[in-house]
Amino acid sequence: MTAQVITVTSGKGGVGKTTAVANLATALAADGKKVVCIDGDIGLRNLDVVMGLENRIVYDIVDVIEGRCKLKQAMIRDKHYPEMYLIPAAQTRDKNAVSPSDMVRICNDLRPDADFVIIDSPAGIERGFRNAIAAADRVLVVTNPEVSAVRDADRVVGILEAEEKGSPALILNRLNQALVRNNDMLSAEDVLDLLGIQLIGIVPEDESVIISSNRGAPVVNDPKSRAGQAFRNIAKRIQGQDVPFMDLDLQSGLWGAIQKFAGRK
Amino acid sequence: MEQITSLVQIKGIRDGLLATFSDAPWEDQRMALLAQIDDRPSFFQGARLAMDIGSQILKVNDLVDLRDHLSERSVILWAVVSESPTTEQTAQLLGLATRISRPRPEEQRQFADTITDDTALFVNKTLRSGTRIEFPGHIVVVGDVNPGAEIVAEGNVIVWGRVRGMIHAGSKGDRSAFICALDLSANQLRIANEASAMLKPQIDPKPEIASINSEGRLQAELWHTG
Repeated sequence: MTAQVITVTSGKGGVGKTTAVANLATALAADGKKVVCIDGDIGLRNLDVVMGLENRIVYDIVDVIEGRCKLKQAMIRDKHYPEMYLIPAAQTRDKNAVSPSDMVRICNDLRPDADFVIIDSPAGIERGFRNAIAAADRVLVVTNPEVSAVRDADRVVGILEAEEKGSPALILNRLNQALVRNNDMLSAEDVLDLLGIQLIGIVPEDESVIISSNRGAPVVNDPKSRAGQAFRNIAKRIQGQDVPFMDLDLQSGLWGAIQKFAGRK
Repeated sequence: MEQITSLVQIKGIRDGLLATFSDAPWEDQRMALLAQIDDRPSFFQGARLAMDIGSQILKVNDLVDLRDHLSERSVILWAVVSESPTTEQTAQLLGLATRISRPRPEEQRQFADTITDDTALFVNKTLRSGTRIEFPGHIVVVGDVNPGAEIVAEGNVIVWGRVRGMIHAGSKGDRSAFICALDLSANQLRIANEASAMLKPQIDPKPEIASINSEGRLQAELWHTG
């Protein structure tokens, strides 16, 4: 096995990076893949909470880097999927405790034994962001249909292109189709038009995401949730399967745009 | 050793440390800088470093590599000052500052002699948020100018694409400069010292040209063909 390292980032905070990481990892694990998640937000960790693993943390990524434990000891096994692990961030340190080459080293150590390594990037474009993208084979940019989130995503895409990380794929999170229809929210078409990158999934706004995050049980496990379905589809696309986009009651113009981007692999 | 370290001068400035590079080969200077830091790790611990790299032309990989090496030594690279527009652009793409508070002595850039009335910078890509392009002649962009991107030209600016960022033409005061684009819904346009606020986003965009009219106001009008 040689794991693919995927970094989930956004520029702006609060758009759903951590939720996306927890859900994509869970969906990949449910498909029988071996997945290791890394919380890259040193000092403001929360992936462990969203995944419901907070009380199992003994060692964290800074302990691994500073040699206080072995990599295996910092990998927390998930409650439901024995093939899914979390390497938590340190809460009492800051971003400078990790360097980009530390991340590359850890990911290279993980590669032989996993199918996917998913890194949760902190908000911003500083040190923590650079750590998170250093080892990435593939980058997913999460954004919301809001002008400020899209502008930050645009900046991040520009930096990724400049660092020769290739063009990232886009997850458009929290789209509210009713608001779009009334012209009160940017449409998926508007966002794609500006960013000009490949779309890998649209996640509809869904209350069950908040409820499940607070419970520490990712929403992909809820078969009725539409957001859960969207994340399951993205996980399939990450594995190279061709899954049609969910019907969000979209206008025909948007379909054209989606097909254009989906076909552009 | 003495000889190597003297390639790069490091001194304290108001915003941290400033490393001044000479014209010697980049690789030697890079090694010299890292050697100086390794010599006195406690002095450099947590330092904010700006680099004045003169006329060296650096690629993205060179800068990323050096920045990562500096990160490992807990030195934060925050600014790169350069005479080379390529290097300056590289630094800006990486989110580094390209100006520091101590202004560079007003020397002409090396390519300044060759700038004539019809010299233009050709940019064949979309300019994303956070990118700033400055040029002492005209600028031609094939691609979009996204919100948060900035273009400053002493001459005219032509964009074969959508403009939603800020464009300043005739930045040194040329009131005859113009800006034209396929879709000119910029959030701000400036020509010389005139500025126009948000232009209306167009539902069915048509090519437009913006210039200063006879009443001295900046205005955009449709591009008439034929």
